[in-house]
Amino acid sequence: MSRKITFNIFRYDPQDSQDKPKMERYELTETDGMTVFIALNQLREQQDTSLQFDFVCRAGICGSCAMVINGFPTLACRTLTANYPDGEITLMPLPGFELIGDLSVNTGKFMRELAERLKLWLHPKPDDQDMHRLENPMAPEEAARIYELERCVECGVCVSACATKQMRDTFVGAVGMMKIARFEMDSRDNRSADDFYHVIGNQDGVFGCMTLLGCQDNCPKDLPHMQQIAYLRRKMASTIL
Amino acid sequence: MKLIYTDSLIIGAGLAGLRVAIATKERGLDTLVLSLIPAKRSHSAAAQGGMQASLGNTVKGMGDNEDIHFQDTVKGSDWGCDQDVARMFAHCAPKAIRELTNWGVPWSRISAGPRDVIMNAKKVTLHEAEEAHGLINARDFGGTKKWRTCYTADGTGHSLLYAVDNQAISMGIPVHERIEALSLIHDGKRCHGVIARCLVTGELRAYVAKSTTIATGGYGKIYEISTNATICEGIGQALALETGVATLGNMEAVQFHPTAIVPAGILTTEGCRGDGGILRDKDGHRFMPDYEPEKKELASRDVVSRRMTEHIRKGKGDDSPYGPHLWLDITILGREHIETNLREVKEICEYFLGIDPCKEWIPVRPTQHYSMGGVRTNATGESPQLKGLFSVGEAACWDMHGFNRLGGNSVAETVVGGMIIGKYVADFCEQNALEIDTALTQKFLDKLQNEIDNLVDGKGTENPFEIKKEMQRIMMNYVGIFRNGPELDKAIAELKALLLRAKNLGLKCKKRHSNPELVEALRVTRMLKVALTVACGAAARTESRGAHSREDYPQRNDKDWLNRTLATWPNDESLEPVLHYEKLDVMKMELPPGYRGYGNDNNIAHPDTEKRTQEINKITAELGNAPDRYALQQALMPYTLPSHLQPANERLSDTLAVIPSQPVGNKSL
Repeated sequence: MSRKITFNIFRYDPQDSQDKPKMERYELTETDGMTVFIALNQLREQQDTSLQFDFVCRAGICGSCAMVINGFPTLACRTLTANYPDGEITLMPLPGFELIGDLSVNTGKFMRELAERLKLWLHPKPDDQDMHRLENPMAPEEAARIYELERCVECGVCVSACATKQMRDTFVGAVGMMKIARFEMDSRDNRSADDFYHVIGNQDGVFGCMTLLGCQDNCPKDLPHMQQIAYLRRKMASTIL
Repeated sequence: MKLIYTDSLIIGAGLAGLRVAIATKERGLDTLVLSLIPAKRSHSAAAQGGMQASLGNTVKGMGDNEDIHFQDTVKGSDWGCDQDVARMFAHCAPKAIRELTNWGVPWSRISAGPRDVIMNAKKVTLHEAEEAHGLINARDFGGTKKWRTCYTADGTGHSLLYAVDNQAISMGIPVHERIEALSLIHDGKRCHGVIARCLVTGELRAYVAKSTTIATGGYGKIYEISTNATICEGIGQALALETGVATLGNMEAVQFHPTAIVPAGILTTEGCRGDGGILRDKDGHRFMPDYEPEKKELASRDVVSRRMTEHIRKGKGDDSPYGPHLWLDITILGREHIETNLREVKEICEYFLGIDPCKEWIPVRPTQHYSMGGVRTNATGESPQLKGLFSVGEAACWDMHGFNRLGGNSVAETVVGGMIIGKYVADFCEQNALEIDTALTQKFLDKLQNEIDNLVDGKGTENPFEIKKEMQRIMMNYVGIFRNGPELDKAIAELKALLLRAKNLGLKCKKRHSNPELVEALRVTRMLKVALTVACGAAARTESRGAHSREDYPQRNDKDWLNRTLATWPNDESLEPVLHYEKLDVMKMELPPGYRGYGNDNNIAHPDTEKRTQEINKITAELGNAPDRYALQQALMPYTLPSHLQPANERLSDTLAVIPSQPVGNKSL
C-alpha cells in the first residue's frame, strides 16, 4: 500500500549571494498517517540536511508552519500526504512575509509589528479589578463570543491569501481586523468606536478590503472573517455619520 | 565580540518567562527576552484543559480554598514536593486568574440555573447559584477534590499566552526571536548571562545581565513519543547542568499523560475525562473502575497511565500498526458540548485521525508529557549554587509538583510562579550591580565558537539526527512508565556510548548561518547529558514515587527516599552526572506523608511521620474548637510571600448568606 510520493520544494537562501531561487524534487515512501511535518523531517534527516522549515507544536495549535501546499496556504503539520491522490506535492513559502530561507518565513516579526501598530492588547478600564477580590462578572455569552474570535493562531494564512495585502503593503489584513473586532466586543476594553476608527477606518483597514475573502476560504481555524469585516465596516461607517 | 547588556535577561518567551519579564519591567528594570521562536508560538499555547485555582464559584467547587488545593497538590506529588512552595502557589493561584482577567483572558463563565453534566458516565443536573452568574467557571480534573480547573474551552494555554504576550508588547518588552542560548556565563559563584547563537545569521552574541532566568520549558523531546513541541529539548536544563555548579532536581520525575492519540502522540486534554469521558479497552469495557473504584478515570495522571499500561499488558489493548492502544470515549458528552468545550480535541481528531469524536472513540495511549524535574531553585526561584541564576515554570524544579504534577497545575505554575519569582528577580536586580567581565565573557564565547568550528570544519563522521533518534528510542524503551534496574543500567550504558560517539559528530551542511543540521548537532550533545541525568536518577532511586515507578521496588519508601535528587555534571569529559540528595523534613511538613486516596497503598513509613502527626494534632487542639484556618496554617507551617501577594483571597462563599448545597454524586477522596 505504501507508494512513492514526490515533493517539489522551493529552495533559496537569501543570505548566500551566489544562490538563486529554484525548485527541487525529492522522493520518499509514504507511510501510514504521514503528514507534511513527518515528510519534511524525513527529507531533512535522510536527503538534505540544509532544508529549512518551521514547526513547533506539530498539532495545529501554534501557527508556525503555514506554507503554500499545491497552491493553497495552510498549516503543514496537520496536512496528510494521503490528501493528494496523485502523490505530487509542491511546497512554497508563505508569500507576503520576509523569507528566512526555503519554507521558513518571518511571521513573528510581522505579527509583533502589527500588534504594536494597532495596539492589539486589552486597554483596561480605570476600575480595574483588584486581584484579591471576587472578579467582576461577565456574561457567559460574551466570554464565549470573545473566545470564538480569539482562536486566531497568527499563522499568516489570511495575509498570504489576501489580494489587497499583496498590492498594499500597509493593509492590516484579516488578522488585524479580527483582533480589533475581538477587543471592540470586549466589555473590559476602554476604547470607544472612535478610537478603533482612527486605527482601521481607512484604506489600510476595513475600507481597503476588496471582499475577495481568501482569508475566509483558507483560515485554518475557520474564523468568521467575512462577518467580522462586514461588522466592523458597519460600525466604522456609523461612527462618521 | 557582540555584547548586549540588560538588567533582567529571560531565556524563553512562554508564559513563565513572559510573566517574569512583565514583573521586572514593571519595576523599571531593563528587560530582554530571548526565544527560539515568536513568543506566541511557545509550547504554553498547547495547554488545553485549564488552570487550577480555588475560586470555588461553581456549585461543584463550592467550599474550595487554598488548603484543599494545597492538599491535592501535595498528594498528587506523592509527598515529593516542597510544601512551602505548594502553599505559596495555592495562595496566589486565584490572584493570577484574576490578574489574567484584567489582561483579557475570556475565562468561560457560569450560567445560573440548571446545567447538565456527565458524571461517572451518567447525566446529572447541577444548579448554579444566581450569585455565581457570570463568575469564572471550573471543570473537573484528575486528583482534585473540587472542580477547580478554570478554562477557556480547550484553548486555555492559547488564551493565556496571547493575553500575557499582549501585555508584554504593551509594555514594550523586546523579544529577540530565533536566538538560542547555548551556554551560561558564570564564574562558579555568580551567573552573568548567556552566550547565544542567532538561528538565522549564525552570529554569536554575549547577553550580559544582572539576572538570568531560564524559562525554557521541559525536556520531553529526549523521548521518542511525546506530546511536547519540537522545541522542548531540555536545552535550558543543559545550560544549568553544563556549568558544573548549578544543580538539576528530580530529573527522573517524568510524567506520561494517559490520553495522547496514536500514532501522532498529540495530546487530548484531561478535560475530556474531567467533563465525563471514559476509557475503554478492546472489548469496549470501561476498565478504570476495576482498578480505581473511587477515582476511576480521574485518579492522578501517573496512576491512570500505569493502570492503562497494566491493562494493555494483560492483552486488553486494541492492536494497531503502531502497537496496542486503548480508547477514549467522549461520545457520551454530546456534540454540542464537544463543539464548544472540546473543539481543539475535535479538530485534532478530524485532521490527524480522520474521525468524528462525537460519534467514534479516540485511540489513545500514555505518552511522555511533562517534566517535573528541572533547574533546582529555592523558594524564590534562584539557584542555590549560582547567584543571579533563576528558573521558572516547567524548566525549573521550584518544586511544587514533586514526583507527579496534577493536570491544570502546569499552566497555573507558569503564571503564579512567574508572578512570585518575577518579584524576587526584580529585587535581585535592584540589589546587585551589573558586572561585565569581558575576559570571562570572551572565554565562554570562544568555547562555543570552538565547538561550532569543530562541527563545521572537523572530520567527524557521526550523524546528529541518528544519534538523537537512538537516544529517544533508549529513553522510551528503558526509562518509561515502568522502570527496572537491569533496563535502566542498559539505558545508562547505551547513552554513555552515544555521548562518546557524539564527540565525533560531523556535518554534511557546512553553512555557518541558518543551518538546521548544525542546530541539531549543538543540541544533541546537550540533550544526551540531560537524558543521562534522567536515567541515572531513575536507576539510583530504588523506590516508586509518583511518576517514577520501579517494578523491582514497587513501594514508596519514605524511610529511605523522602528526598530530592540533585545532579551536577562534573566536567566536559564526564559521561554521567554526580548525584546527591536533599532531605525533605517531615517535622516541618503541614501534611505528613500518607495514602494519596488513589493508586497503591503500600508505603514504607518515615520514622518521623507518626511523631509529626501527633505534633500537628496537638497544635490543632491548642487552637481550640474550629480554629481559624489561616491561623492553623501559620501555626503548622509558616511560609513567606512578597507582601503585595499576602492578602487573603475573597470568594463567592464569603459574600453569600446561604451556601448552596452540594448535589448528589459529590466527589470524595
